[in-house]
Order: sequence, then structure tokens, then C-alpha cells
Amino acid sequence: MSLLSARNLSKVFPGKGGAPIRAVTDVSLDVAPGEVLGLVGESGCGKSTLGRSLLRLIEPTSGEITFDGQDITVLGKAGMKKIRRDMQIVFQDPFGSLNPTHRVGHVIAEPLIVQGVGDKATRRARVAELIDLVGLPEDAAGRYPHEFSGGQRQRIAIARALALDPKLIVADEAVSALDVSIQSQIVNLISDLRARLNLAIVFISHDLSVIRHVSDRIAVMYLGRVVEIGPAERIMENPQHPYTRALLSAIPRIGARREDRVRLNGEVPDPSAPPPGCAFHGRCPQVMEVCRKTLPPLGQPADGEAHHEVACHLHPVAAHG
Amino acid sequence: MKEPGAQIDKRRGQYMTNSAVQDRPRSPDTGQAPLLRLEGLTLGAGGNAVVEDVTLDAAAGEMVGLVGESGCGKSVTALAILRLLAEPQIRPTAGRVMLDGRDLLSLPMRDMEGVRGNDVAMIFQEPMTSLNPVLTVGDQVSEAILLHRDVSRAGAMEAAEAMLAKVGLPAPHRALGRYPHEMSGGQRQRVMIAIALACGPRLLVADEPTTALDVTVQAQILDLLDDLRRETGMAVLLITHDLGVVAQYCDRVAVMYGGRIVEQAPADALFAHPRHRYSQALLATMPASNPPGARLPAIAGLVPPPGKRPPGCAYHPRCAHPVESCAARMPPLAPATGAPDHSVRCWNPA
Repeated sequence: MSLLSARNLSKVFPGKGGAPIRAVTDVSLDVAPGEVLGLVGESGCGKSTLGRSLLRLIEPTSGEITFDGQDITVLGKAGMKKIRRDMQIVFQDPFGSLNPTHRVGHVIAEPLIVQGVGDKATRRARVAELIDLVGLPEDAAGRYPHEFSGGQRQRIAIARALALDPKLIVADEAVSALDVSIQSQIVNLISDLRARLNLAIVFISHDLSVIRHVSDRIAVMYLGRVVEIGPAERIMENPQHPYTRALLSAIPRIGARREDRVRLNGEVPDPSAPPPGCAFHGRCPQVMEVCRKTLPPLGQPADGEAHHEVACHLHPVAAHG
Repeated sequence: MKEPGAQIDKRRGQYMTNSAVQDRPRSPDTGQAPLLRLEGLTLGAGGNAVVEDVTLDAAAGEMVGLVGESGCGKSVTALAILRLLAEPQIRPTAGRVMLDGRDLLSLPMRDMEGVRGNDVAMIFQEPMTSLNPVLTVGDQVSEAILLHRDVSRAGAMEAAEAMLAKVGLPAPHRALGRYPHEMSGGQRQRVMIAIALACGPRLLVADEPTTALDVTVQAQILDLLDDLRRETGMAVLLITHDLGVVAQYCDRVAVMYGGRIVEQAPADALFAHPRHRYSQALLATMPASNPPGARLPAIAGLVPPPGKRPPGCAYHPRCAHPVESCAARMPPLAPATGAPDHSVRCWNPA
């Protein structure tokens, strides 16, 4: 059974000029307990909005979210507060998300205080445990966030997210701002924690090489929709959607040749004026007439493999029944 | 598309022809001095050396990568070439910046204004902060042309449109009347490149030009720089933290750590066989170098900030293969065994 399940989730923001911005459109996906789902796409594809909507940090415009068997879209404030113990988020910029006036011990204990968990002594013990778990120096609790490097601040943010022993963490570009040598330390930490705590993670990143490394399954987003989703190795080894292919080949890689690349022209269209048909058709090297008119549904292609879904007219979905 | 290259040839005479650029050797000519040569460049700030003893060449038409993590000194090195450092807080304390045999560090500041734009141009990570938000794109590109070339305003605007077309901006004529905020990040970076190239610089210093861009747009911008340097014979010094970018686009690469160049080699050679223990560890720790899900061979510790760099080799406290000398003495940047064009600053190279 899924831990988290979204059905037809959409988020529309009111636009400045009147045209509403369709940040997320009709997204359905599942995350199993202990599973890492990678969410990848370029800026403006809606991956961060989706991540926040899954936790109702942003109120979805429509659709349904089920967490641990419970429909959380209908929950009130008190119900959400309770369920938040089990779902936490880690952001890209740990400095922006850590209160600079509080000592690290307090920062990490905050979710426990908010949720009224334990007394002072048990909270202090839990903080010490968390500090050890994420590999921070023992004396970290008494120091301030600014005394720590970017990588260590991300450890603080992770410790805080783990304080309530959640079942799910949304990691939104959690390693993107870090230097290569520090990034690998945090990637290792996330992998360790996931294995030790049976954590489910929605891992949002624009960096496909990191996504590939940590994810069990990958969902590729383009202009608010999931265009391809499947097991990580299938997506990486045998991508079906032309956008996924272009995205993969655009990563500058050691040993790759520039000539072998799929070159994409143009940029991601404006989400307040999405093009008709498939949103990718204007940049697609394999565009057909139907792509300009009809939106391809996301599904398993007739000639495709189980659990690997694509939204592309090149790979028509198997007819039902 | 050959026109700007030909134009530069006419103006300068000594420029390489387009065909010569394509046939250019992988490393600088032996007899002739390269276009740019940093010689022992050292930058000091408040009594600390931020950058020490950087020696680096870039030949015409060559793309040279200067790569390293935050705080390694790569960006201040780039700024020093154009003398854009916030002096006197940070300033050159030793060494030379030779451009075509002329030391830019010894020029009066007034003369530098003629060098910037004409001979050397620079582009930055975030074009929005370098573009003027209240002037149209046409005004800004043509301003660069008017500053350095003897043309009429109308002629400059025409040249600006041609430049915008050249850098691949869609609908260049219409773009002349647009403001920076009306454009995407990728389009703004194209405008910056158009301004930088307006007067046919012989050296382009590009400081993380694609770091803020999406990966498909990054590929477009890097392809553009690559095409331009091949066509015009312009040298490009590409400052980046991204080893993949260097591997794919650069002819040669210099790796910086703790304010010094620790390894320098043709890009192919460096990625095939990194000699410095830092370069080696950096490549090994990348997720792409490892099987999915495997534990990444992480580099312990942090990059030391200037002023807190340890004695000896700055990398030795994090190094997995230290020997006795490492903590005691700074190793020289010396040719690697059996590879004269591959130099490494390491007492125990791989």
C-alpha cells in the first residue's frame, strides 16, 4: 500500500496580469513506505509547488492526497497538525530556513516543542541523539547556525526534520547549493538515514545525476505535468519521452561527446499561457501534427514495460479493457 | 556567421584566420607567447593571500577551464584579470597579467577602460544584476558598440541587432526594444554575451555563466560560446565549479584549491588520469562516477577559508594519501612523470 498517494492534484496561482498560472496540473503519483521518489524538471516545471502541495504547505486547488490511508485534503487545522509529525520538509537554503537567533539545540527541538512532545530533559536527550545521527559535532546544540558551514547547516535542517521520526520527507533541492565534495557527504547521509529509518523521501532536484543516485523511481515534470514516471534505472537507461531524453543528454558529462546530444531549441513555455496539445511540442525534435492539438495522456505504452508510464503520442497508451 | 571573425582579422591583422583556429594545437604554441598569461599572480586581502602564485595561459581560440569549489579563489582571479577587484581591500600583491605581452596590472586605470570591452570582456553568473533594468536591450548593446567603435547611433543599433541575432536571441529586432525583466534568464545571458562580444574581444572571461540556468538552456549557452570561440579565435577563460562542463567544453583545465592551482593539464588528460589527490577525489565523489545507490566516496572536512589555510599543502588535512612532507612544505607545481603538459602540485601524486 502507498504511504502517500496524490490523485489529479492541481495548483493554480492567480497571475499578476489576470491570466492564472497553472503551476501543477492533474498530477497523480504514489510513494511507498521507505521509497525514494525523485522529482526532476527545469525551473518552472512545478516540482517545488508539487512538493509543497503534497504536504499541504501550499493548498492544492483541486485533487486528493491520501497519507497513511487518510484523505488529508479534508483535514482541518488540528488534524493537519497531527499528521505533520509524519511528514516533514528540507529546503535548499538551510540558512534561510534556520532561525539565526536560536541555538542549534533549540532549532532542532522546535518541532518537538510545537507538537508538545516530551519534557525538557527528554527533548534534550532527543536532540543529542539527532545531532549524533546526522554527524554534527557533539557541542553543536549550544552554538548558532551562522557558526556552521553550508553542509553542516543542511545537517541541522535534516536533524530538525527527523526530530518527530516522520514517515515521509520532502527534500526540495536539499543538496543543490552545496559544493561537490560537501554534496556527496549529504547524499550519503540521506541514503544512510533512509535505510536506517525506513524513510520515504520525495527528492526534488534539477540535477539528474543526483536524482539517479538516490531514487528508486523518477518522475519527470514539464510545465506542471508529469510526462514520464517509472523505475529509476528504466528512466535513465531507456527514457521514452523526448523531453526526458533531451534532459538526460543535456547534462555535461565526463566522457560524453557534444555531437551525441539531443539539442533543444527554445525554452520552457509560460505556465500562464500553456500551448495547446502537448506542452513540449514547440521544442520537440519529433513533433507530429497530433501533438499540437491533443494532450497525450500519461500511461503505460502498449509496447512498454510495467510501471513505466509516458505521456507522449509517440508511445500511445494501451487501450483499456 | 563568419563575418565577425573576418572583421577582427581586418582590425587586428595579427589574428588567427578561421581555418587556423580550427587547426589550432591543443596546447599553446611553443615559440609564441599565448594571448593571456598569468604569471605568479598573487592577491592579498587584509594580510592574507587569497590567491597565490597562479600561473596560467590561454591561447587564441582556446577554451580554458578554471575549476574549483567555493572559496578556492577562482572568481577573484577572474576579476583581477580585468582589474575589477574591490581595491584596496583585495589587490594584486605579486605577479603579472600579461595580455599580448603587455602587463595589465601596470597599466594606469584609465587605460584599462580601453582594454575592457575592446580586448577583454567578462560575463557573470546572474545577468540581471549586470544589466541595467531601466534601459532597453537595444540601448545597452548599442552603448557598448558606441563606446568602442566610431559609428553613428543608427549604425550602432544595426550592429546591436546583428549581435543579438548572432547570439541566437529569437526575434532580435523586437528584442532591441525590450527590457531585461521581460526576458528569461537564458535570454538575458545571451544579451550579456552580445554586449561582451560587441567589440570583438580577444579574451572572454566567463564566471559561472550558466550556473543559474536550467540544464537544457545551459547547453545552448555553452554551445554558443564554443561556436563563437571557434569562429572568431577569441580565447575563453571559463570559471566553473562543474567538472562535467569543463570535460565537455574545455581544451585545457586548471584545478584550484585553497587559492592555488593544484593541477593543470589538457582536459582529456586530466579527466582520464587525474594526478592530484584532490582532483582525483573530486571526480570520484561525483554521483555520475558511481553506481546508483552506492555510497559515494566523500571527501571529509571542508574547504579552508583564506587565512585558515593549513601550512604545507592546503589539502593535506582532507587528503586520503598524505606523506610526511605534505604538512610541512608547499609542493611546487611541477610536470607530471611522463607528461610534460600535465603539471601537478602534490608530494604524492596518483
